[in-house]
Amino acid sequence: MVPSRSSRWAREIRFLLGDPLLFVVVFLVLSSLVVFILYPLARVVATSFDTPKGFGFSIFLEVLKSKYLLQGFWNSIMMSTLTAIGGSLLGYLFAYTISRTNIPFKKLFHIIAIIPVVSPPFIGAMSIIMLFGNNGLITYSLLGINNYPLYGFRGLLFAQLITFFPIAYITLRGVLESISPTLEDAAMDLGGSRWQVFRKVTLPLSIPGIASAMLVLFIETMADFGNPLILAGSQFPILSVQAYLQITGMFDLPTGSALALLLLVPSVTAYILQKYWVSRKQYITITGKPTTSVIKSVHPVAKWGLFGLCLFVVMLILLVYLTILWGAFANVWGTDNTLTLKHFQYVFGVGFRAVLDTLTISGISTPLSGILGMVIAFLVVRKQFPGKHFMEFTSMLSFAVPGTVIGIGYILAFNSPPLVLTGTLAILLLNFIYRYIPVGIQSGIAILRQIDPAIEEAAIDLGADAKKTFFRVTLPLMVPAFFSGLIFAFVRAMTAISAAIFLVSSHWNLMTVQIMSQVESGRLGAASAFSVILVGLILLAIFVIRAILLYRYGRLGGKLLNI
Amino acid sequence: MGVKLVNITKVFPDPHHPGKEVVAVHNVSIDVKEGEFVTFLGPSGCGKTTTLRIISGFEYPTEGEVWISGKLVNNDPPNKRDTSMVFQSYAIFPHLSVSQNIGFGLELKGLPKETIRTETERIMVVMNLTNLANRRPDQLSGGQQQRVALARAIINKPSVLLFDEPLSNLDAKLREQMRLEIRRIQKTFGITSIYVTHDQGEAMTVSDRIVVMNEGNIMQIGTPFEIYSRPANRFVADFIGRVNFFEGTVTQVREQGISVRFTHGVEREVASCAQTVRSGDQVLVVVRPESLKLFLKGPAPMGTGSNSRGVSERILQRVPVQSNASSGQPFLEGRIDKVVYLGSVCEYEIDTGGEKPVLAVTHNPIEEGFFQPGDLVGIDFASLSAHALPQGN
Repeated sequence: MVPSRSSRWAREIRFLLGDPLLFVVVFLVLSSLVVFILYPLARVVATSFDTPKGFGFSIFLEVLKSKYLLQGFWNSIMMSTLTAIGGSLLGYLFAYTISRTNIPFKKLFHIIAIIPVVSPPFIGAMSIIMLFGNNGLITYSLLGINNYPLYGFRGLLFAQLITFFPIAYITLRGVLESISPTLEDAAMDLGGSRWQVFRKVTLPLSIPGIASAMLVLFIETMADFGNPLILAGSQFPILSVQAYLQITGMFDLPTGSALALLLLVPSVTAYILQKYWVSRKQYITITGKPTTSVIKSVHPVAKWGLFGLCLFVVMLILLVYLTILWGAFANVWGTDNTLTLKHFQYVFGVGFRAVLDTLTISGISTPLSGILGMVIAFLVVRKQFPGKHFMEFTSMLSFAVPGTVIGIGYILAFNSPPLVLTGTLAILLLNFIYRYIPVGIQSGIAILRQIDPAIEEAAIDLGADAKKTFFRVTLPLMVPAFFSGLIFAFVRAMTAISAAIFLVSSHWNLMTVQIMSQVESGRLGAASAFSVILVGLILLAIFVIRAILLYRYGRLGGKLLNI
Repeated sequence: MGVKLVNITKVFPDPHHPGKEVVAVHNVSIDVKEGEFVTFLGPSGCGKTTTLRIISGFEYPTEGEVWISGKLVNNDPPNKRDTSMVFQSYAIFPHLSVSQNIGFGLELKGLPKETIRTETERIMVVMNLTNLANRRPDQLSGGQQQRVALARAIINKPSVLLFDEPLSNLDAKLREQMRLEIRRIQKTFGITSIYVTHDQGEAMTVSDRIVVMNEGNIMQIGTPFEIYSRPANRFVADFIGRVNFFEGTVTQVREQGISVRFTHGVEREVASCAQTVRSGDQVLVVVRPESLKLFLKGPAPMGTGSNSRGVSERILQRVPVQSNASSGQPFLEGRIDKVVYLGSVCEYEIDTGGEKPVLAVTHNPIEEGFFQPGDLVGIDFASLSAHALPQGN
């Protein structure tokens, strides 16, 4: 018997043909991934090489010749690298403090640190302008400084750190909690000092997690659009903004595409590093009985030092968000701070279309994206078929592709037959569905890995066919993961801007885009009011979904939803 | 009718060496009679679980035939086979209550609600689960989950019950209790059962017949007595229980047993032989530790044999040991090297000058008396408890 790759393929194909339902589902999913993820990307690549003289590199040469555009590329790389390092460091210290010390207000600190994750990513930038800008509360009103040099590198780095460090915090807290405290006990028992235990055990075990967090932060910062649009200014160009301006300002699609491609390459590289290299290095240290966390491994001086740091960070976050809240009620920010409801009247009057549109688009796209994510997760974890790795890679790719790139890809791909979608609801929906499937896939894969395959086998053994097993056993068990994935996908959809800004039209507009244009025209009050409503809607949705889950699934749902 | 496996072979792609293959099960044939309880026993990786999964339909054999109740089922998926499995992890549906779990199979058959309810209740009475009917699986102990898994399997009245190491997640005491329980239930319903385990005590307790497997091959099929006392080969003798091997040459073949001259010159009768042998054949004689008789030849030299265990100092005084074998030369002589007191039995390692120490076990040690380390003892056995394996096969 000579085994070979082709015989396995043949076997898988035969198996697929023997299960028509599986075949149809796999075919539909694969082809939709190609059309709505790969095709737009291919159009970006094609357009950036599509010179008047046919295929060539002349557009790239133009970009490389332009000092200004090249500067944007290096600025983006630098900003992303610094945010990755600084944000991961901050996130690690925060996570270490929360998981390894017994400081007071732990729960409160945790909740406040998560606020930036569930709010629009450009709120940091807005708030910084309101605090330190020309009419800034601190710079102008308190210190009397006019024209504080806020725009550019300094302000943007500050905004990015505040916006993205919570992602590192959440990741690294998971990493630290999976390191069994008994390992630290053992090191201490063998005579290690607290510092040695940290240096020689805890830190080495968290290195892969830190590397992973850094790459995620790098990807997120590369892709970020809102903060640089508000804060970067003309002295400190950022690639994602430049690509946007090339297309919306100069109507130069080829150059915009070329810039998008420049943006895509580092992001996808970081993603591939993260997925195929760093994640392989992760240690698994969970052994035996779960142990309660040790409190003794941190020296009191270190503990209060860390507490001070966390308190400072938490205060900054609160300052940022309370400023927005105040701004929403202040008459004219910075000059006339009397309280008023006029900004909210504006939002519920002129701006209410955007609120309804946002809710419609997020409300429709999120569950669809969640279901698609669950189906893909199920196929990837439980089924064997040709193209499985392709399906997994493509569907998770959206995570790495900056919104700007996919936005440009969509207007290039769906502006001409056979699929003319620009300006419609459909293009926004499709974009959101395929952009946020990784969230659903990740939570789906996580739960499926926890469900013992024997449970499904038991159902089959008792006489259930594939369909009944999926609907009666697998699906009910996936529901809590589905909903917790849904929360994140919903938050992302509600706060999306980088891709959506290319796709909105006079018929379908989004709150985030509205906020941006209000900020750009200097109407900070209306922008704040919009932001408050947006965050309020998100919190309400989270609350409702959680309530349903807690009512329906009791402890199980609550446990899974613990961010 | 029962279950019949004909020349089953299963080949997997090797996960560690892409492109290569591993033979998990090799040419396995067995005929399990209706109502019989057969156990597949072997070290991990011997192919026993794969064989079970081939019977249940979760794996397809690369070659060979699977017959259940006289029907060739090679191409039937698990849900079309009349088998019910009790999983190692129990695989209780976590989103369903105890009674919903048990009734799941009947519900799939589309039986009326009333029937499902009465059937479920009846089974829960038999399995002593009635007061747990509305519990959720995460509120059950290991033993209770085990009973739910068993109840869920038998309610379908399958023609074959399959057990995949069902007791390996329970603690020792509960395990002994549950294996009797499983045997009782199986007898009550008379269901043909195939059981997989690596625990020989479990296999001995529950089985009508045991199939010993190693590296994908069947090493022996037999009753618990045959497997333990009349093993077919060295692997089975060594795998089941503890064992002494003595080498020798056949000197005489009689109607009942053979005579063997052992390498150290002594001749003894051996009652049984795994295969027919001829005079002059090399054999390996298997004697279990508890079949060896020990008698004192001389006490330990002063000062060397003092027992280090404080507790046993007084109790372990030398009770005169029966001198039944004083007539003639003992089979072997040696000095007691190690004494392990286990309560119900006492184990000895005896240095006879051979490569490995000889293992002996005495029962009821308080009455029979103890030996001290350093004691010189004679060792012998009765011909009935000795079993010869032809060498070189």
